[in-house]
This record gives sequence, structure tokens and C-alpha cells, in this order.
Amino acid sequence: MSSSKTDSEPLSMPPEPKRRATAESMASRQREISVSEFFTKNRHLLGFDNPAKALLTTVKEAVDNSLDACEEAGILPDLLVEIREVAGPTSAKVGKLKEADAGPGGGPSRFRVIVQDNGPGIVKPQIPKIFAKLLYGSKFHRLKQSRGQQGIGISAAGLYGQLTTGKPVVITSKTGKGRPAFQIHLRIDTKRNQPDIVQEDTVEWDPEHGTRVEIELVAAYRGGRTGVQEYLEQTVVANPHLALTYVSPKGERTEFPRVTSELPREAQEIKPHPHGVELGMLHAMLADSPDKSVKQALVDDFSRISPAVAASICQMAKVNPKTPADRINGEDLERLHRALGQVKVMAPPATAVVPIGEALLVEGLKRRFPRAEFYASTTRPPSVYRGNPFVVEAGLAFGGDLPLDELAEIMRFANRVPLQYQPKACAISEAVYQTNWRGYELQQSKGSLPQAPMAIAVHLASVWVPFTSEAKEAVAQYDELLREMKLAVQECGRKLAAHLRARANADREMKRRGLFERYIPEVAGAISEILGLEKKQVEKPFYNALPTFAGTSDEPGDGNGGAGPAGSPAPASKARPKDAPPPPQAGVARRSPKPRGEQMTLLE
Amino acid sequence: MAKSKTAKKTDRDAETLSKIQKLARQALTQVGKGSNPALEIRTRTLSNVAFNQKKRIIELGDRSQSREFFNVAMARKFMQTFLVASGCKNLIDEGKTVSIRQMFYMTKHTLEGSSENTFEDQNESDPIIEDLEVGIDALREELHLFANRRGLLVGKLTVNDAGDTIDLARMGRGGWGIPSICEPDQLKFVKNSAEFILCVEKQAVWHRLNEDRFWEKHNCVLMTSEGQAARGARRLLQRMAVELKLPIYVLVDNDPWGLYIYSVLKQGSINLAYESMRMAVPNVRFLGMSAYDYKKFAMPKAAEIKLTKEDITRAEQMKAYPWFKDKKWQREIQGTIDNGFKMEVDSLLTKRISFITEEYIPKKLRDKDYLQ
Repeated sequence: MSSSKTDSEPLSMPPEPKRRATAESMASRQREISVSEFFTKNRHLLGFDNPAKALLTTVKEAVDNSLDACEEAGILPDLLVEIREVAGPTSAKVGKLKEADAGPGGGPSRFRVIVQDNGPGIVKPQIPKIFAKLLYGSKFHRLKQSRGQQGIGISAAGLYGQLTTGKPVVITSKTGKGRPAFQIHLRIDTKRNQPDIVQEDTVEWDPEHGTRVEIELVAAYRGGRTGVQEYLEQTVVANPHLALTYVSPKGERTEFPRVTSELPREAQEIKPHPHGVELGMLHAMLADSPDKSVKQALVDDFSRISPAVAASICQMAKVNPKTPADRINGEDLERLHRALGQVKVMAPPATAVVPIGEALLVEGLKRRFPRAEFYASTTRPPSVYRGNPFVVEAGLAFGGDLPLDELAEIMRFANRVPLQYQPKACAISEAVYQTNWRGYELQQSKGSLPQAPMAIAVHLASVWVPFTSEAKEAVAQYDELLREMKLAVQECGRKLAAHLRARANADREMKRRGLFERYIPEVAGAISEILGLEKKQVEKPFYNALPTFAGTSDEPGDGNGGAGPAGSPAPASKARPKDAPPPPQAGVARRSPKPRGEQMTLLE
Repeated sequence: MAKSKTAKKTDRDAETLSKIQKLARQALTQVGKGSNPALEIRTRTLSNVAFNQKKRIIELGDRSQSREFFNVAMARKFMQTFLVASGCKNLIDEGKTVSIRQMFYMTKHTLEGSSENTFEDQNESDPIIEDLEVGIDALREELHLFANRRGLLVGKLTVNDAGDTIDLARMGRGGWGIPSICEPDQLKFVKNSAEFILCVEKQAVWHRLNEDRFWEKHNCVLMTSEGQAARGARRLLQRMAVELKLPIYVLVDNDPWGLYIYSVLKQGSINLAYESMRMAVPNVRFLGMSAYDYKKFAMPKAAEIKLTKEDITRAEQMKAYPWFKDKKWQREIQGTIDNGFKMEVDSLLTKRISFITEEYIPKKLRDKDYLQ
């Protein structure tokens, strides 16, 4: 009945011992647990806890990998995502999952997920390792902003497919024109965490280069906030340079042409910053430098540590700088760690973080909400969280055909990846909730989202995103992050408020104008009658004067309350055309980045 | 529409017409220069009237309000003012006179492309007419307008009204209705043998006195204003005072409202302060009813009506008016407050039916028991 029982079922673990065992009998059972086995037991940590989520996670891992690969190679990504429902028995094991998990549309069935990119391709010997070995990848060992972080994602998806359908993962890849395209059918040996090549062919493949991943799995296709469609639409918002074709299980084809041919600037890989390093990590780093002194290791392995800074760190930690790095242990290590956290150093270089940018974020929003009335965006200056540089940006689309009388929609992004689960636990949602939208001319119940035809996007770009869990579903609520998120959201709110006030002024102006226009023929008729003139002759000067007076607010004592609320925007802000987004550069001037305490350097 | 401009214009008409045209030309010039066309209208509120101690009348101050067209709160009234001005211009052209209610209908129509009317009801058009009067400094009759007539007259006087000679001693029970316009060009005094004028507030009291032939016995003119005096009655009273040099006695109820009717006859009203010169009769005499008549005439308790809070408030207000600052008036008003009750003239019938005709008024006149 319990969920743990359900989880353990796919494993053929021996029954629990009913009696106390001896050390010897225990030792006979103690053996290395492969990561694959670990996964099958803990797949909920990785986003495979139910059939609907498994489908989303599979698509997501494949798309994230493709985008990272394209960008790293400097290729504008062209992606095809296709989900096909295939005939075949659903695995008994997954079939036993609770109905509720399967979501609407009945129980789970078999799907084939195909994700194809125009990336650089993968050299043949690497293919099995990348797709069929958990915790293998290029991203875990470095500090660089990228979508995937653990290298567990795509192989986990393959493993899930294998466990539920018994089908191998099919990879097709080609690294350049004139080179052969390889097609490899892969299985994962769950005991040894080793790839198992089932079949290997050289095939004819049209694209010049790229990779195609096909995974068959038992899953459930679901719409709504946590669906694949939503994921892809949000991905399109955060990746204006992505051209995407999506073929749904019903065969519907949706094309999202790219809106910019500008690739995001390549994020620079950085060494760890002394303020962000953890004790275990420090230990590993020092152990990896057996030929160096502590001082030299610090200078080489960290960013912003000069020989002078390294010397002062050693002094603070009461460690001889000449001690071989791999000999630092115990209390020395702890003191050194503490000193690293306290030493005054420059903030990490901001070049490691690549935001979407104000103008492109608006372009992205327009892809999903092409008929909104108003768009705004804000990119905050870089800031630092525990030695990790980050940038927060926010954008919003308002009005037009967005649904009235509903709560605003939040789109959360971490390194351009949409976050769809656990909105309540996420710092991004919290930032939106904590913003007083009533100050921006919107309705908002206490502790709720604003009620408005509005979609808000918040993007956190960082070399290290602190997720609340390994499932990477929500951003942890650290003060530095929350503060920047709130500032970004508030800045967008202010831009929206200026627009709404200008619109209200325009409405009032229309009303005033209408009133005068109604009376002019009467007044002109009377005056022309009195003076024996042509009515048209009298009307003309009145209509000529109309524009001058229709716009200005009445003086006090007008009684009609024509004057706007205090602090109505300056006329200049009225001039902005309704449909155009605020010019990103001309908008609110970027504040000089002066984060409190830590000083940030901008190398660009 | 075909306009008949056949009517002969008097000099007065020509002058009024030029005032209206000046108003229109001024607005047109202003808007032609790109400025906001505006009408200057003197404010007709208590704060803009002053009591002229020397002339003993209420006069309108100089404070005025600018009524602009391009102003949401004023545009409608601006338009209405010109509609009325244009209507008056047509009346002058055609030599016709209409009531202010008829003017309301003359200028009322639905605005093109909306359900809004130029005037929704007469309460909207009446103040606009008064605005125009002060705005161009023309009298209502000069604009060829009149209000509903109010007030009756009977007595030892012969007048000529628009060519008809009328002996006011031969008016039977109904009396002569005082026209709304009592200007000398239309109403002339032919023969007078009256020695004074008695003006009573209420028609019922006038009827009592007329039935008793009071005016015949006392050789006077008997008039009723039928409540607050209309312009016609006030103008007529003023002309009789000035041209016939007759003393005027006023008999009103003993309460603040009655006293205010007297006050308006004496020094003018706030709303029509700009007309005081032609309408106020500063030496009009307050015959009664006085608070002190209760004792003097040994009135029975049945004559009393308890003062309401409103009555007392109003009495206190009146005490503060500069034209009632005189000791005798303060004493009179305070007398009512101290009594704690008010009395209607009709209450004299508690004594007997013709007590008012046979005793009350003759005794008051004989004793010169009045305030002035």
C-alpha cells in the first residue's frame, strides 16, 4: 500500500530479514550499490516519480542537452521534438502506479520521445558513456552556467525507458559534413553502471551534423501547467534564438521560428570563488594537487586569489603556506575553509553569467503572447550569492488577449530552463507574491497573485543555481536571490504602472474630448445665430482649440476630479506607443552595480 | 427656419441685443486666439453680497467666476448660457416675450449622437437665465422673459397695463393679478387716491380683508405677495413707493420666514442682489405680526405654534444679518425666540372672524405700532 513498497517493486531486492543478523551474515550482503540501482530506488529525486512527470523530464533532459551543446558549439539551435504514442503493452510495473499519478486521460501508455538537434554531434566512442552511464558528463566538474548540471538527466531518462519498456535508447549522431552518421542502440547495465551496445550501424542521415535521441517509455501525456506543451512554450520564451518544431502525440505540428539570430554570449568557465567553496570540495581540490604548496594550490584553483591573498589566507588559517597541498587535513583544513570564507577578495567575474537581456526577453514573451497590450522587462546588474555570480531578470506581458479576471501566470526559469513543479516552494514565486501589485494599479488579494491579464517571467542565471532538491524544481529562498528577484519584478511593475496610468490618462482625455466635441456644435450654433455667421465658420476655431484643451487636466475646483492620482507620470512617459515595449536601453537606467559589501567586476 | 425680423425694436431692445452680441463675439475672439473662451459671471452667493449701509439695500459684490468652455465641469453650463442667449436674441428679433418655462422648452433638445439633453429640467435653465442677466447686465424683461405671475392687488388706484385702463377698485373678489413685468413702458399709474399700501403675505388674509372691504374703509391699496414676493410684485411695490410716494405696510406671520419676506421687500435678496436697486424699498414698514402682539392683543394660547429647531436656527441667522443689527430688530427677533412659539396672521381669527380688519390692523396703524 505504501509508496515505498511501490517504489521498491521494480527491484528484485531480497526480502527484509526477519531476525537480527550477525555481522558475518550482514557482510555477505554488503556490496557496492550501483548508481543505476540507486536510481531505480530513488527515481522520484530525479523527476521520474509518475508517468506524466517522466515524460516531461525525458523531453526536458534531451532538450536541455541539445541546447547546451548547440550553444557551446556556437550553433543556432534548430530543434525537433516529437512525441509519438506507440502500440505495445505497458509495463506491468508502471501500470500498477496509482491512477491519480497517471492524470487525466486514463492510465499510462507507451510513448516514443524523439529529440533531434543540429548540434555538433558526438564522437562515436563517447556516445555510450553519455547516454548510458549515470553521472557522466562535462558539466559537473566545472563552474559554468549551463542548463544541465549533474550529468544524470539524459541517461536517467534512458534508464527509465529501459525499465518500463525494455527498449534500448537509440542515438543517431553525425559530427560534420561528409562524416558518417552512427546509429547506436544502447542499454544500461544497471548492476555495473556500464553501457551495453545492443546494435551499432552506420546510416544515411541528411543533416550535416547533429544528434537524435529516441527513447521509448511508459508515460502519460498531460496538458496544463506541468505538461510538455507548457514546457516547450516556456522554453521558447527564455530562448529567443531557438527554432523549435513540436509534433504532439495527436500529430499536431507547432513551429516556433527563432526571433533572433544572436546566440547568447558564451558563458565563461570560472574557478570556484573562495566564498562559495564547501569543505568537502576544498578537501578534494587540495588532494588533487599533490605537487603544489597550499599557497600555490589556492592561487591556481580559485578565482580572485592572488599570491598575496593566498599568503594572507594561510596566515589567517595559521597554516604554513609551503605545506604540500595534499597534506592539509583535519583542523588545518577547517581553519583554511573558514579563512577562505572570511578573506576579502573581489567578487567573481560576471562574465560567467549570461542573462537573456531585456530586449530579447520581451521578444521571447512576444513569441508566446503575441497579442499582449504591453511588455516590460528588466535585467538586474550581476550580484553574488555565496561566491557564485548571478543575474536576475524579469519580464511581463500584460493585457491584449491574456485572460481577464484570472490570477497572473508566473513563468520561472533557471538558466533558461522552465521550472514547472513546486511553485509554492520557489523563491521566484515568493518574489512575485511579496510584491505589492496594488501599488502598480492592479488588484491583489493579500498573499495572493495579482488578478490581471498578465504573465510574469523571472529568470535566474547563475553558475550554480541553488535548487531545493535534486529534482531541480524550485529555487531555494536565499536572501540575496530573493532580494534581486523582488527588485527585478518591482521594476517591471513600475514600468507597467506607468503604462497603465498613461492609459488611464488617455481614457480620461478621450472622455474630455468627447464631452467638448458634443457641445461644440451647440455653442457654435448659438454663437453663429447671435452674430449672424455661418455655423461652420464658428465651429472651426473651437475644433482648432480642442487638442490644446482636451489633454490638459482641469485646474483644481473643476469638481470632476479630472486630475489624476498624485504622482501621475510625466507627459513624456505617455508618448510611448502602447504596443511597443519600452526601449531596453532607454528604459530605467541600469544602476551601477554596487552590491553591498562585495564589489562586482564587469569585464564586458 | 425663416426668421421674421419684422418686429420694431425699441432702443432698449437694441441695447440688449448689442450686449448679447458682445458676449458672443468675445467668446469667438478668445477661441480664435487659441485661448479658453470664458464668460465672467458675478457670483450670486451670500459671500458676494454686501449690505450698503447708506442706501440700505443688499448689493452684489464684484467677485465673479469665470465660466470656461474647455473645462469638464463648466462646458455644459457654458453651452447652456449661449443657448439661452441665442434664444433671447430671437425673442428680441421677433418682438415676443415668453415665460422662463417656455424658454426651457425653446432651448431644450437632444444632443446629436447621444441621449443627453441640452437641459434636463427647468431647474437647470432658470439659474442659467439669472447667470445671463448678471453676465451681460440685462434685466429679465429686457431679455423678453418673464416668470409666472404671482401676487394680487385691489384698491384705490387706476392703472394702465399694455393699453388697458384698469380701475383696481372694481376687481371683485378675485383682485388684479400682478403681471410679471411691471416696467413703466407697459404699466402706468393713471389715478391714485390711496393713502397707503398694505401688503400681506398670505392670499387667505388678503381675501379676508378684501371681503371686509378694508381698502375701501381705509382708503388704501391692498396687496398680497402670495408668499415670497415675485419680481413683478416687488417691482410694482417699489414703483408705487417711489412714484406715488405712498407708505407701505407689510403684514407677515410672526416667524423667521415671515420676517425674511419683509426683509427681501425692504433691502433685496441674495440671489437677486443685482436687482436690488430697482426692487428694494428700504423704508417699507413692518406692521406685524410682532412677537409682542401676543400680549398686546391678549392672544389666546390657541394662537401659539411651538418653534422648531429649524426656526430657532433661522432666527439666529437673521439676527446676524447686518441689516437687522439695529436694536429694535434684535429685540423683535429675540422676542420670538424668547416666546418659544410663532404665530400666523390667521391665528387672529381665534378672537373672531373680522378681528384683523376691525381691530388688529386699525389699532396698529393708529398707534404707529410698526418697525422700519
